[in-house]
Amino acid sequence: MNYETVIGLEVHAELSTKTKIFCDCTTEFGGEVNTHCCPICTGMPGVLPVLNKKVVDYAIKAGLATNCEITEFGKQDRKNYFYPDLPKAYQISQYDLPVCKNGYIDIEVNGQKKRIGITRIHIEEDAGKLMHDEWGTGSLIDYNRCGVPLIEIVTEPDMRTPEEAKVFLETLKSILQYIDVSDCKMQEGSLRCDINLSVKPVGQKEFGVRTEMKNVNSFRAAVRAMEYEAKRQIEIVESGKQVEQETRRWDDVKGVSYAMRNKEEAHDYRYFPEPDLVPIVINKEWIEEIRKTLPELPNAKKERYIKQYQLPEYDAAIITSSRTLAQFFEECVESGANPKIVSNWFMGDLMRILKDNNLEPEEIPFPGQYIAKLLALIEKGTISGSIAKKVLEVMFDEAKDPEIIVKEKGLIQISDESQLVEIAKKVIEDNPQSVADYKGGKEKALGFLVGQCMKATKGKANPQMLNNLLKEMLNK
Amino acid sequence: MELYQLTAHALRDLLRKKEISSIELTKSILDRINLTDPQIQSYLTVMHEQALNNAQEIDKRMSAGEQLGDLAGIPMALKDNICTEGILTTCASKMLHNFKPPYDATVVKKLKKEGTVLVGKLNMDEFAMGSSTENSYFKQTKNPYDLDRVPGGSSGASAAAVAADEAIFTLGSDTGGSIRQPAAFCGVVGMKPTYGTVSRFGLVAFASSLDQIGPLTKDVTDCALVLNAITGHDPMDSTSLNIKYPDYTKALVNNVKGLKIGVPKEYMGEGINAEIRHSVLNALEILKSLGAEYEEFSLPLTEYALPAYYLISSAEASSNLARYDGIKYGYRTGQFKDLLDLYKKTRSEGFGTEVKRRIMLGTYALSSGYYDAYYKKAQQVRTLIKKSFDDAFSRYDVIITPTTPTTAFKIGEKSKDPLEMYAADICTVSLNIAGLPGLVIPCGLDSKGLPIGMQLIGKAFDEATLLRTAYTFEQNTEYHKIRPNL
Ligand SMILES: [Zn+2]
Repeated sequence: MNYETVIGLEVHAELSTKTKIFCDCTTEFGGEVNTHCCPICTGMPGVLPVLNKKVVDYAIKAGLATNCEITEFGKQDRKNYFYPDLPKAYQISQYDLPVCKNGYIDIEVNGQKKRIGITRIHIEEDAGKLMHDEWGTGSLIDYNRCGVPLIEIVTEPDMRTPEEAKVFLETLKSILQYIDVSDCKMQEGSLRCDINLSVKPVGQKEFGVRTEMKNVNSFRAAVRAMEYEAKRQIEIVESGKQVEQETRRWDDVKGVSYAMRNKEEAHDYRYFPEPDLVPIVINKEWIEEIRKTLPELPNAKKERYIKQYQLPEYDAAIITSSRTLAQFFEECVESGANPKIVSNWFMGDLMRILKDNNLEPEEIPFPGQYIAKLLALIEKGTISGSIAKKVLEVMFDEAKDPEIIVKEKGLIQISDESQLVEIAKKVIEDNPQSVADYKGGKEKALGFLVGQCMKATKGKANPQMLNNLLKEMLNK
Repeated sequence: MELYQLTAHALRDLLRKKEISSIELTKSILDRINLTDPQIQSYLTVMHEQALNNAQEIDKRMSAGEQLGDLAGIPMALKDNICTEGILTTCASKMLHNFKPPYDATVVKKLKKEGTVLVGKLNMDEFAMGSSTENSYFKQTKNPYDLDRVPGGSSGASAAAVAADEAIFTLGSDTGGSIRQPAAFCGVVGMKPTYGTVSRFGLVAFASSLDQIGPLTKDVTDCALVLNAITGHDPMDSTSLNIKYPDYTKALVNNVKGLKIGVPKEYMGEGINAEIRHSVLNALEILKSLGAEYEEFSLPLTEYALPAYYLISSAEASSNLARYDGIKYGYRTGQFKDLLDLYKKTRSEGFGTEVKRRIMLGTYALSSGYYDAYYKKAQQVRTLIKKSFDDAFSRYDVIITPTTPTTAFKIGEKSKDPLEMYAADICTVSLNIAGLPGLVIPCGLDSKGLPIGMQLIGKAFDEATLLRTAYTFEQNTEYHKIRPNL
């Protein structure tokens, strides 16, 4: 029998507000343990939360970017449970009146467009971090992350393959980065997801029993966890047994998931309205104010690149998938570079260097204008294309203006004809066999001779001029 | 008369005229505490040295001509659930027996700015849960009128200290009557302001939607002075209202002509001791003779206020008190196997019986499957009770009721039966449920010589009318001058 996977996601994104959700502490990542906290975020007796309005701004923005309705009269609720990383023993979250609901995101998988429903987006606070056993005597707690604002984005069970879920996550990440509400750095834990997954025979309407998978910390891990879980459930169903409704924990190192002990998951969170906070009342003006700050979103940008710059759809999709990359692209184009040539450089050398060095677009150490300058150097004949590739590498290493690199490293192309004639003469003298081959009709030999000239000039000779010169001299 | 016997406003005048110094006054209070507190047992912490240094500094500033507040140089004390930077704030619980907050409550900041002299921290029912101060982990505060009787609670010591002249004024907190009931039992003036008037920042939470800090004073004028000092919007408390707060001393006018008083018959029925009923009726007659009108009316749903109150307050408490887990501060059990064991032992050993009872009650009321039947229903009752008060205030300027069904009861008399103890709050809880201000003033003694308090209930943010009514009553009677024989 053929099975279909049904996937819904709960994505937590840390918001990039400067301060925490209920106090003035910084949200900066990586501070000394317990230095980014105060009596409020560590839940001392008698302290009170005051909602950071920016958090609501960001949630509204995320809602608008994912086509959600914005709740006019929202509230916050307490989710009660005991754990040492949660100093108040309750998390302030939203239960039945989240800031946003009923939205969607359009994704594209293998050329097929698909709409994924967003059930809700709510705001809540992050917890601290437990450090176990480092000293062998117990656990220590770092409260720096306590009270860092999060949005939780809950999808409808609309995805049918791990691939769809992955594309959804990538698209969502790209949207959140575009609207500048989260940096979505998975390695710093600012984007995390829980996976709800069930399987059913293809064609069957009712969903199977679902499990919830926690502790998924990268897109790659998400795909692996989903593939593993789908396979596990299908095996259970095939063997005639029932899938247990349970919470499972993904172990990415071992590549397996295991059921969490009942104690860990059997929570009655006893939600009730947070009495220390007032309702979140969002009027039309507020929503419109935020709408004005929305940038062009990735899908719209992609369509525009295709129309305005005649980029191939694939290239446009890649470049617009990252807000930084798209910005970089636009900086190049605004500095006068030809969009198609820029796009080719992006798709080729730029992407390769990023991939080889495991860099994110945010980590490109120079501004977009430098690429435009580099391309102008090629166009003016100052350097050759192959030298330009080398210059680009140096730009990544030294973050310098390509014009300066070319000057400093003496990479300016030799376009002086008399100089080139001297070089060509020497190469012709040194390679009689190739000259003979060429004269005997072997066109390829010309390429070899050009190559020898380039080698002699360390690649600086103007290849077009050389080509013409050599032909002229050999045909004499 | 000794300095410790005087009111804050009388002392203010003496201080301003330089007839006395704050240090003399503070010494007088500290001596009084030394003399009477071994019997009364109001104080958990007395700050002899700090208070004297503080008074000296205020004296210096005053003689340098600095303009300070009305309460500058006045010795006062705080209920031990109000956070004081670097000073023990125990909530009279083993759980916080060693807790020194690294911050001041907003009211403490305000009183410091005013120039008051903090002499100490006062006993209470553990985490403000109780009506007798019998639930303190540390000691039993006595009623200054009869040392065998309770001072009321939970701000029992805040009332007893004022009645025994061990502080010129104090602050308490009121979640269901915790300022007003002890004020009535100890024959002092006690005000629970409208919810949102006084910042709750730094008040260790019992029930967030009901808690409110308020003054306990020797007369109505002092009440207005303290209100002036502690009310106001606080950006640190989201439930604090950002409105223009009046000068409450402007309300101290001896005139109730044309004042319409409503007396809900549900508060004057069988359950109320006849002597108290009689005393309140007598007070109403006095107000009538001064030009006010009063009539009985029916305030529906009164019988549901008590159960709604106990559900809501316990539910919120179960969550508010969850943070006392032995991890971060306060009490931690000695031996434990694992995390769950640490939680269980710490909380079993650190909390007293009544606190545990309320945590269990509240946890149950919020549990899935029971939420709708209990917590949600109680919130609906709350809305209806608010509405019934709104209706009443369309006809009346003030509602007057007894404060308690009985005068101060004997220590141990009700502590065995929680339901009987809860019933003692019948007259006071509706105001917290509805967020309304309530002012309690003395209106006589019963045949045992125990104080009786009358409760004045006002519209939200209309503390002024309560003050005017009470001030007029005070100006034309002598009840507020009655003092215990110590
Ligand atoms: Zn903080």
